[in-house]
Amino acid sequence: MSAMHGSHSILPLRVRGLGLTLDGARLINDVSFDIPPRSRTVVIGPNGAGKSLLLRLCHGLLAPSEGDISWSGPAASDGRKRHAMVFQRPVMLRRSALANLTHALALAGLPLRERNARAEAALERFGLGALAHRPARVLSGGEQQRLAIARAWALRPELLFLDEPTSALDPAATRAIEAMIATIHAEGVAIVMTTHDLGQARRHADEVLFLHRGRIVERSPAYAFFERPATPEARAFVAGELVW
Amino acid sequence: MEAGPFATAFHLLATFDATLAQIVGLSLRVTISAVALAALIGLPLGAALALARFPGRAAVIVLVNALMGLPPVVAGLVVYLLLSRSGPLGSLGLLFTPTAMIVAQTALILPIVISLTRQVIEDLWAEYEEQLRSLGSSRMRAIPTLLLDARFALTTVLLAGLGRAIAEVGAVLIVGGNIAGHTRTMTTAIALETSRGDLALALALGIILVGLTILLNGAAFAASRIGRRMTG
Ligand SMILES: Nc1ncnc2c1ncn2[C@@H]1O[C@H](COP(=O)(O)OP(=O)(O)OP(=O)(O)O)[C@@H](O)[C@H]1O
Ligand SMILES: [Mg+2]
Repeated sequence: MSAMHGSHSILPLRVRGLGLTLDGARLINDVSFDIPPRSRTVVIGPNGAGKSLLLRLCHGLLAPSEGDISWSGPAASDGRKRHAMVFQRPVMLRRSALANLTHALALAGLPLRERNARAEAALERFGLGALAHRPARVLSGGEQQRLAIARAWALRPELLFLDEPTSALDPAATRAIEAMIATIHAEGVAIVMTTHDLGQARRHADEVLFLHRGRIVERSPAYAFFERPATPEARAFVAGELVW
Repeated sequence: MEAGPFATAFHLLATFDATLAQIVGLSLRVTISAVALAALIGLPLGAALALARFPGRAAVIVLVNALMGLPPVVAGLVVYLLLSRSGPLGSLGLLFTPTAMIVAQTALILPIVISLTRQVIEDLWAEYEEQLRSLGSSRMRAIPTLLLDARFALTTVLLAGLGRAIAEVGAVLIVGGNIAGHTRTMTTAIALETSRGDLALALALGIILVGLTILLNGAAFAASRIGRRMTG
């Protein structure tokens, strides 16, 4: 599916001078970066740095106070939203796992007769077929998170935002989620993910955005960031000393 | 020595004569029709009121909340004026028919259904908003999604309407006229028997009415329990 993206891409995403002020508080300040097709970007930073807000802004859930978010690829203006988001706490509808996917596909405008097949295929793809008819709300946290990722994947996004996808999960569930993310990336989907897990950041980042108090303090290729952090804040963060 | 109310109620039920059957049947038909109509109108309106943003929305919410306390006789009076021969809908000839009673009870419980639905849907929207917007849902497109997902809470909303409708006497009395064999319900019969002094019969009817209400609520509770187990 993602092989088709290439020339029809909405990427790169260009973010320039992004700012967000809510209730007089400056929460995101002069943030600029690019997301090229098929890239993997990990946003890290201490609690309250603005990571979730940054993802929400890029995904279009919040309107920026300043700056531009532009989808600059050749297919950017074809109208279909080709980026999806998985939230820090997944929200499942009070319906079966399968119905959660078909509902998302309905909202995406997929014709009725194609929804079931596509939803079932997405569940099968990630080994969730056995859960199809279980109420989504009674699934475990790990299962719900996998379901949330399968739901996002079923929309065939070109860019997937993931906000701390494993923050509440045990090591086994974390591995399952990381495997899903790797699979999805291998299909050609660009990944933008936040995490507090530096090991996870090392495993999944091509580029690191280090966010601190709403600003990008450091933006560098992953190996450079972890080997030779350029700023004192990033050094402290990588060393595990909490910075605020 | 007259029989006590429980004995009378028991006797009424045991012999369950045609008159009683007719009264109970009409009560149920009127009230259940009114609840169904109020659901049809009030659930989408309540959800729309939860999600739509328009000038005067706060005033509408306050008004609908206030109308939850509408006295049944006032609801009956308004419908009476609409349906009476000289009223705007007088030509329909509906006054003193079961249809008029259904209209009056619908008007009575509609504010309850709208107002409680608005509250339920607003709360659920707060929980779902980001996810649904992320998936591309507009606020109006979210209405059917939220109504379906709030189905268990909304069952309780409709039961509140049912309770109010089946218990009220003023509205059906005014627009129905308590005509024996035609528009006499449990509550109007109770009012009549009390004023006639047949307290045992009135109380017996009351016991049957309360029993029926418990039965309806029990059935709805069981249905939503089973539904919840099956769909989460
Ligand atoms: N709607 C809002 N109104 C006002 N302030 C907000 C709002 N949402 C978030 N904030 C504030 O913005 C800051 C950044 O929040 P954000 O959720 O993006 O942090 P984060 O980096 O994702 O933190 P965490 O690692 O804890 O998830 C916080 O100080 C938060 O309190
Ligand atoms: Mg966050």
